Amino acid sequence: MGAGHSHPLYLEGSSVVHRLPAEVKIVAAFLTVLCVVATPREAFWAFGGYLLLLAAVWAAARIPPGWMARRALIEAPFVVLAVLLPFTGPDPRFEWAGLSLSHAGTLGAWNILAKGTLGVLTSLTLAATTPMRDLLLGLQRLRVPALVLTIATLMLRYADVIAGEARRMRLARIARGHDPRFLWQAGATARGIGSLFIRSYERGERVHLAMLSRGWTGTMPTTGAPATVRSQWLVALALPLVAAALAVTGMMTT
Amino acid sequence: MSTTDVAMHMSDGIVNAPTSLIFGVISILFVGLAAVRARADLDDRTAPMAGLVTAFVFAVQMINFPILPGASGHLLGGALVAILVGPWVGTLCITIVLVVQSLLFADGGLTALGTNVFNMAIIGVFVGWAVARAMRGLARRSRRGLIVTAFVAAFVNTVVASLGFVLEYAIGGAAGATTGTVLTLMVGFHALIGIGEGIITAATVGAVAAVRPDLVHLLRTAPRVAQPAGRGPARGEGSTA
Repeated sequence: MGAGHSHPLYLEGSSVVHRLPAEVKIVAAFLTVLCVVATPREAFWAFGGYLLLLAAVWAAARIPPGWMARRALIEAPFVVLAVLLPFTGPDPRFEWAGLSLSHAGTLGAWNILAKGTLGVLTSLTLAATTPMRDLLLGLQRLRVPALVLTIATLMLRYADVIAGEARRMRLARIARGHDPRFLWQAGATARGIGSLFIRSYERGERVHLAMLSRGWTGTMPTTGAPATVRSQWLVALALPLVAAALAVTGMMTT
Repeated sequence: MSTTDVAMHMSDGIVNAPTSLIFGVISILFVGLAAVRARADLDDRTAPMAGLVTAFVFAVQMINFPILPGASGHLLGGALVAILVGPWVGTLCITIVLVVQSLLFADGGLTALGTNVFNMAIIGVFVGWAVARAMRGLARRSRRGLIVTAFVAAFVNTVVASLGFVLEYAIGGAAGATTGTVLTLMVGFHALIGIGEGIITAATVGAVAAVRPDLVHLLRTAPRVAQPAGRGPARGEGSTA
């Protein structure tokens, strides 16, 4: 039960970015990605501008770019889809290094790759500078319903426990020679998931009784976190503001 | 792990900004409705259970199952939660998982959150639930009937959820492939994933129904009588696995 109250993508720190309230960072990150997505794909230089913008945030937050780059590999599955596009896209086609590539398909692949990568990097920056409990507080201040927050809080507390249990069950299967390659070999995995559900639910019943015995009334107690001030909003919203300027310039020039 | 994970989480930039915003608004409205309706299924008393079910969905999405050598998929869990905890609570569970994955794990784009919630938490759960409801007579008759119901619900849920992606792509697709190509690719892949989803959902529901049938929302007739915790027979591994 040694589950920490942090998450794997969090990078301990006390920089300006770390100290900003979570709701401010969530809104800023969302608006920034929205600007990225709205930028025309032909405005190649604008995407370089976004990368510089993020690099400035990393410098302020003291996140090493190499740390970021390694974690950005999360994106790999999307790249597979994007790599197919130049080959499956419609005519007209052009020759490159002996390959016949679709013009629209290649532009589409670039579009997914550039916007997807910038999106992942923005999310990673948010995750690296925001611990879990701040994130929940931020969601609360963004008016997420109390029931949803209660469920999310408990989920985050226990996700590591349940995931650890799933990992141990998987190891146990592998240790007994389980090496599935085809769909019809999924039976053992499935029965494992069944018992995982029962264990999760019964743990929920025990947790509920434990919470009741400690005086739980149905709502999470609020902690005495300081209120967000306007200057913090101004600092954080500088990021999407610059991004919006890049997006608008991109739209005008293409 | 050298296999490619074929997941349905969309990244940023696959559909354009207006489409992302429209589906974001639809999803927020619908999840708000789900939060209100879930209260009927779930008083404050049982919120911890929903939290643990959500943690379960989160853990299960990390388990890959094989499709073909070199390619694997992971469970979406729409039909599974619809059958186990009902559609409204199920929608909340999947939505929370998607939001947390997007905010803390950079899995699925921030602007694609609306479309991802729409496909997996709304279409996925409700299509799975509609199929399961339509087959409820069969599901209640026998264990075999329940397993068939769970399989069909999960298969249909996966394929229809991938059609949600095709719909969004047709409205505001920002890549160079034609809608026809995307339709063929997505439905082809997800028919395969749907078989895996179906097998796992069926076996999971079957395993739960064998030990704690009172936990299966689809089989419930009247409001569940409060049951003391830890009374479920056989929590041991041997009896269920």
